[in-house]
Amino acid sequence: MSLFDKRLSEIHSALRAKELSVTDLVQASIASIKEHDDKIKSVLHVDEEGALAHARQLDERLVKENEELGLLFGMPAGLKDNLITKDIRTTCASKFLANYDPVHDGTASKKVKEADAVIVAKLNMDEFAMGGSNENSGFFPAKNPWNTDYVPGGSSGGSAAAMAARHFYFTLGSDTGGSIRQPAAFCGVVGLKPTYGRVSRFGLVAFASSLDQIGPVTKNVEDAAYVLQAIAGHDEFDSTSANVEVPNYLSALTGDVKGLRIGVPKELIGEGIDTEVREAVLAALKQLESLGATWSEVSMPHTEYAVPAYYLLSSSEASSNLARFDGVRYGVRADNASNLIELYKESRSQGFGPEVKRRIMLGTYALSSGYYDAYYKKAQQVRTLIIQDFTNIFADFDVILHPTTPSTAFKIGENANDPVKMYLEDICTVPVNLAGLPAISVPCGFSQNGLPIGLQIVGRAFDESTVLRVAHAYEQAAGYSQRKPEWVRG
Amino acid sequence: MSAITRKEVEHVANLARLQLTEDEALQYTKDLNAILEFAAKLNELDTSNVEPTSHATDVKNVMREDVNRPSLPREEVLKNAPDHEDGQFKVPAVFE
Repeated sequence: MSLFDKRLSEIHSALRAKELSVTDLVQASIASIKEHDDKIKSVLHVDEEGALAHARQLDERLVKENEELGLLFGMPAGLKDNLITKDIRTTCASKFLANYDPVHDGTASKKVKEADAVIVAKLNMDEFAMGGSNENSGFFPAKNPWNTDYVPGGSSGGSAAAMAARHFYFTLGSDTGGSIRQPAAFCGVVGLKPTYGRVSRFGLVAFASSLDQIGPVTKNVEDAAYVLQAIAGHDEFDSTSANVEVPNYLSALTGDVKGLRIGVPKELIGEGIDTEVREAVLAALKQLESLGATWSEVSMPHTEYAVPAYYLLSSSEASSNLARFDGVRYGVRADNASNLIELYKESRSQGFGPEVKRRIMLGTYALSSGYYDAYYKKAQQVRTLIIQDFTNIFADFDVILHPTTPSTAFKIGENANDPVKMYLEDICTVPVNLAGLPAISVPCGFSQNGLPIGLQIVGRAFDESTVLRVAHAYEQAAGYSQRKPEWVRG
Repeated sequence: MSAITRKEVEHVANLARLQLTEDEALQYTKDLNAILEFAAKLNELDTSNVEPTSHATDVKNVMREDVNRPSLPREEVLKNAPDHEDGQFKVPAVFE
């Protein structure tokens, strides 16, 4: 059993009993990366020196009397590389930021440190969070630990793959259209996207400001609850962060779902969903019924419009957010420019990959004079209709449940030449971002060819407690959570 | 929603401060047309009486007191600068 298979409480007991030190934990993390990451390429950079120095400090505090220890004390963590970390290279997996060393921490990084976790490494991703396979990384693709011919998903592909490989106790990812949940489903781990505004976006390099959220990717639901507890909360540095009290998420894990009303959208359980995925989710619903929950089919009539609306809105916001990458203040500046405009064009064109350019162009077009009403405004109106679909269901149901993805992981290179086909993989995840609701992906089975299947539970705004409660109850009853690829040893 | 032409793609690239190669210009014209055709699906919906939503939160106009506070020290700000002089970011000529 890997150290990181244990429960947080078990590891903390071992630390206090001096059976284990924080240095041991961090060294185990670094060793796992050195020995196994070559297979899956989930890590972009390891801060070995910084992590071991931090571990030493924490070991000193551990032996002091009456020392208050943070919630995630001693836990080695990997952070998606679009999360700013002070003095640790942060690239967003883009050649443009290949030399960028942040001079301050983002709020999530700061909170992770305040909780006494140790940031060991930065993780691979699709460049600037644009993608669903980690094939768009400006450096190298990441691979699915269950079968390295397959993608780990994206854009938080590194976070999910690293978690399945047990490189860390937890990882952080970000989710704009499914980028935490989809890779979590593909890699057989848990991924939570909190309510929009629940976690501060300060320090998350912005992709789509009205959709982005940071969240945990972990081996089980309890760990996700711990991490959310540490990173949630209002932040004056993020004017979109919610001034809503953070409840005790751990106390929500009661295992009780008696009387819970689950809505299953017919648009996400029928045609367009692979048979094996549908069967696994239906089996999960049976499991939940045996625990006392009830479910019925519901309808979200605007589901088929969510993906085009999402791509128009997110690309438009991205075209604005990525304008800051101009080669002036940071990043790799082109050396062949003779005037300022050429500097912008050359630096950006040399630094950005094709998917990033494609989305910037789409967004620029959708916002441009003459097209704004037909594309951007139209998409915003459709967003209103999708939010209404959710509101209507939550009048009679406590949670919504359906597959996280229409199919299991696809092969590396399979969707590379068809952007629209790639985008349609997001049908189960984007509506949640448009509505700003909390959602979790939990493993619920495996396909015939051994690839993980994930189910998604969506809750009302700021009701992460219910989402976690249901996910945890299901996970404990079904038993898929602790499964990991055979080669991942203890 | 009509197809996007090669000329429009070049105009958009200029607005986005991107320099496209010949191959890229052809590829993106093709890709954008495929994506816009897919996006045309939204026209099936009558949204004439629907308010647009820009974000799914009711938070508005969050301000702070207009009081001076310490910010990043200048040396920190310039740490990642590709080129700087006299405490300022340095760029090639803006004007001819």
